[in-house]
Amino acid sequence: MATETTGGTEAAGMPQLEFSTFPNQIFWLVIALIAIYFILSRIAMPRIAAVLAERQGTITNDLAAAEELKLKAVEAEKAYEKALADARAEASQIVAEAKAEIQADLDVELQKADAEIAAKAAESEKAIAAIRESAAESVKEVAKDTAKELVAVLGGKADAKTVTAAVNARMKG
Amino acid sequence: MADEAKGGIEIHPMDQFIVKPLFGDGAINWYTPTNVTLWLFFAVVAVTLLMVVGTRGRAIVPSRSQSVGEMAYGFVYKMVEDVAGKEGLKYFPYIFTLFMYILLANFLGLIPMSFTTTSHIAVTAVLAGAVFITVTVLGFVKNGAGFLSLFWVSSAPLVLRPILAIIELISYFVRPVSHSIRLAGNVMAGHAVLKVFAGFAASLGVFSFIPIFGIVAIYALEVLVSAIQAYVFTILTCVYLKDALHPHH
Repeated sequence: MATETTGGTEAAGMPQLEFSTFPNQIFWLVIALIAIYFILSRIAMPRIAAVLAERQGTITNDLAAAEELKLKAVEAEKAYEKALADARAEASQIVAEAKAEIQADLDVELQKADAEIAAKAAESEKAIAAIRESAAESVKEVAKDTAKELVAVLGGKADAKTVTAAVNARMKG
Repeated sequence: MADEAKGGIEIHPMDQFIVKPLFGDGAINWYTPTNVTLWLFFAVVAVTLLMVVGTRGRAIVPSRSQSVGEMAYGFVYKMVEDVAGKEGLKYFPYIFTLFMYILLANFLGLIPMSFTTTSHIAVTAVLAGAVFITVTVLGFVKNGAGFLSLFWVSSAPLVLRPILAIIELISYFVRPVSHSIRLAGNVMAGHAVLKVFAGFAASLGVFSFIPIFGIVAIYALEVLVSAIQAYVFTILTCVYLKDALHPHH
């Protein structure tokens, strides 16, 4: 602030054109520029260049690794698809086999059951036939006896032969 | 500065640019530590803080300050590569030094009550002059007399070529002048306008809020100008370097 009184005459002009200060400014500027140059070129710039190169390297490596992983993932997906298809095929084969086996078992059982049913039916038929026969026999007996009794009651002498023949003829009729 | 304004509207927008000795009141010799020295020192400190202390982590995933340092590095590196080509990358450290100095000096100058080294013609003339001399010498060393083909526009009709050569020659020698005055002029004008508005604010009393809004707006503009002028200075350096490396049109 003390220089402001002396600077009163300068205030009209430009301090930039005060040539007496030029050597001073130039001297200190050159020193400052040299200092900045050495600070930048010796310390800062190699450091930043190294960091940038390292970063670039890291990024490149990471990208390559990512690409590799992507390929691996695609491969894994393929393998998975294949395994899935195999498993499906196997499963359907197993299902088909099981079905065939069950069908075979079923056929055997059915045949057995059919045979059994047929045997039972034949037996039952025989039994029914026997029953029918015996029933017819009994009916004949009863009819003969009844006919003899009727003839006797009516006062005739029942001829066993004719009665039997008549009953048989009736039964057939 | 506020004391002066009380005496009426007496604004000294240029006082902020006066070079003063740091100690005492004597004459300014070439070695005298001045406010220029102090703020140049701060610029060196700022560069160190950002580019050395900020990047000390060397992290793959950068911290905030490391990120900013890397961004500045990458920005200038790409600029040199795009404009001057692969051969220009040899000169990247010099160009990066220029860029970091101008950028941080501009930003430091925006601190209130600070001194803006880049507002001085002496400073920017040294920068632009160094670029001009380096590029010219480099052009002749790399291309020999072939560097003169920069001034001989072979795509133009033969009759026009001598006239164009004169124009090209003049424009070539005007380069350092425009290169330096563009930077100093932009920075100086913005700071002077800020000071003028501050003077208004001091003298308007109740209505001082109007110039204060103005100051805020201009300050924002100055932040932009600080970065843009550093960018412009650097990219022009790259263009000149390209001319030196590949002078053929």
